[in-house]
Amino acid sequence: MERYYQKDIECAPYEEIRKIQSEKLVKQVKHVWDNVPYYRKKMEEKGVTPDDIKSVDDLHKLPFLSKKDLRDAYPYGLLGKPLKECVRIHSTSGTTGKRVVAYYTQHDIDLWEDCCARAIMAAGGTDEDVVHVAYGYGLFTGGAGLHGGSHKVGSLTIPISSGNTDRQIMFINDLGATILCCTPSYAAYLAERFKEMGYGPDDIPLKAGIFGAEAWSEEMRADIEKTLGIKAYDIYGLTELSGPGVAFECSEQNGMHINEDHFIAEIIDPDTEEVLPEGSQGELVFTAVDKEAFPMIRYRTRDICKLTREKCSCGRTHVRMAKPMGRSDDMLIIRGVNVFPSQIETVLMNNGYAANYQIVVDRVNNTDTLDVQVEMTPEMFTDNVGEIEERQKKLVEGLKSMLGIKAKVSLLAPKSIARSEGKAVRVIDNRKI
Amino acid sequence: MSVMQISVFLENKPGTLKKMTGVLAANKIDMRATSLAETKDFGIARLVVDDALSAVNTLKENNFVASLTPVLAIEIPDEMGGLDKLLTVFDEAKVNIEYMYAFSGGSNKDHAYMIFRVSDTKNAEAKLAANKSIKMLTQEDISSI
Repeated sequence: MERYYQKDIECAPYEEIRKIQSEKLVKQVKHVWDNVPYYRKKMEEKGVTPDDIKSVDDLHKLPFLSKKDLRDAYPYGLLGKPLKECVRIHSTSGTTGKRVVAYYTQHDIDLWEDCCARAIMAAGGTDEDVVHVAYGYGLFTGGAGLHGGSHKVGSLTIPISSGNTDRQIMFINDLGATILCCTPSYAAYLAERFKEMGYGPDDIPLKAGIFGAEAWSEEMRADIEKTLGIKAYDIYGLTELSGPGVAFECSEQNGMHINEDHFIAEIIDPDTEEVLPEGSQGELVFTAVDKEAFPMIRYRTRDICKLTREKCSCGRTHVRMAKPMGRSDDMLIIRGVNVFPSQIETVLMNNGYAANYQIVVDRVNNTDTLDVQVEMTPEMFTDNVGEIEERQKKLVEGLKSMLGIKAKVSLLAPKSIARSEGKAVRVIDNRKI
Repeated sequence: MSVMQISVFLENKPGTLKKMTGVLAANKIDMRATSLAETKDFGIARLVVDDALSAVNTLKENNFVASLTPVLAIEIPDEMGGLDKLLTVFDEAKVNIEYMYAFSGGSNKDHAYMIFRVSDTKNAEAKLAANKSIKMLTQEDISSI
């Protein structure tokens, strides 16, 4: 049975959602014009005033915001409310080296937690569940978001944060945790540890997992689901827009529903900045129409994906986004070819290797080199040298056909790649450009 | 009458073999025979030890990938044509040798010992057992050398 946190809005007809979006957008543009000089200047430069924005149809007239704007306006340039009305900040993990500080009023926190509550209930959560939040707590939005969402649902919340894996396993077992929230790479690590300790999927009390904050493949999902005996749900979000819960998966596990009453999504051509029709692949752009303290308008996420309005059998009407291939920040350009770590992960897992890998890029004699390092596992090991080399060759061929470029494959000793408790470090780029 | 050989995956970089022997030494595992198969990228260390099962568990606990492979351990008289006589048996039985390595038998100076990994262990075992002049070592023999 599908569960909803706010069924009326989650399943509202599209016309109604659009009406709500239009009303909120008009109000939000006025709010930003009056309170955020940085964005007002951008509007003036484009020759747009709040009077030009009468509905969602006028959204395309507004200027974009990018990560560069966030850096330029740091720390207070994009603040939409006086500090005395703000109650909290969060900050990005800085995996790409550019930290973003986002502000929240109590209203902003509430709507964010509502979004996370929708995600938890879509994953089957109720007030009878025990939600184990192993996302990092602190500046990172992961812990706080799912924690707040779990409270709204009324679940028993374990605010364990990340780290100390054996203690995590003890709590999950002893308290009978049913829903695990963490990054997919940490879920994979927990699964590995459970297996090492001799637990089969039926011995683990978990029934569902909500995993996000980094790109992961369908193969990795299948692996985690099998080892932990759970259904693994994807969740999407950005600190710039609040945090996790901007979009989430339902029981169909076929794309993530975007919380459209709060976030209007567009797909644009990243080069021409033109809005693309539904179903096209392009860069995801969000307008947060409800947020007061940090009101992002047409924020360019750099995530490449597709949107679909096809009917979803879960009953939700909100538009669905496909799993992004990866943030364009994660994308590597190797010998002129775009490579996403998630593509490499897919090939590895299809060839029977585990998700413990690292991608090392370097430049030797002006040519980029790609070294995919993967740990040897008992399943992939044999006493026969030729057989191991044959598998290695198959992997090289698989990578070549997926990526279009040749990669080297190095087999490493087990546990030689550091396990991550938060976002996994998959790429080591040694190129000095 | 095959014996268990331990095969261990090793990264091809300085210190990995030493790490493995360190683990074995610390756990008082006595090696009888060793051999190393190497490629450009990785190696497989092959060991015959006094207690194969405990060795393989110890290695796994220390984050090595290790597996057990049945091999034949054979005592060969240390004389001209000793190996040739033995290989005649393999040849007649059409047994293919994948790899082999030799080890010394401590105080027994009249014999050499060799480990064979063959394509068809069962068949080779049967043929060797029928030949009275060839002595195959058992796991117990290995432990007591």
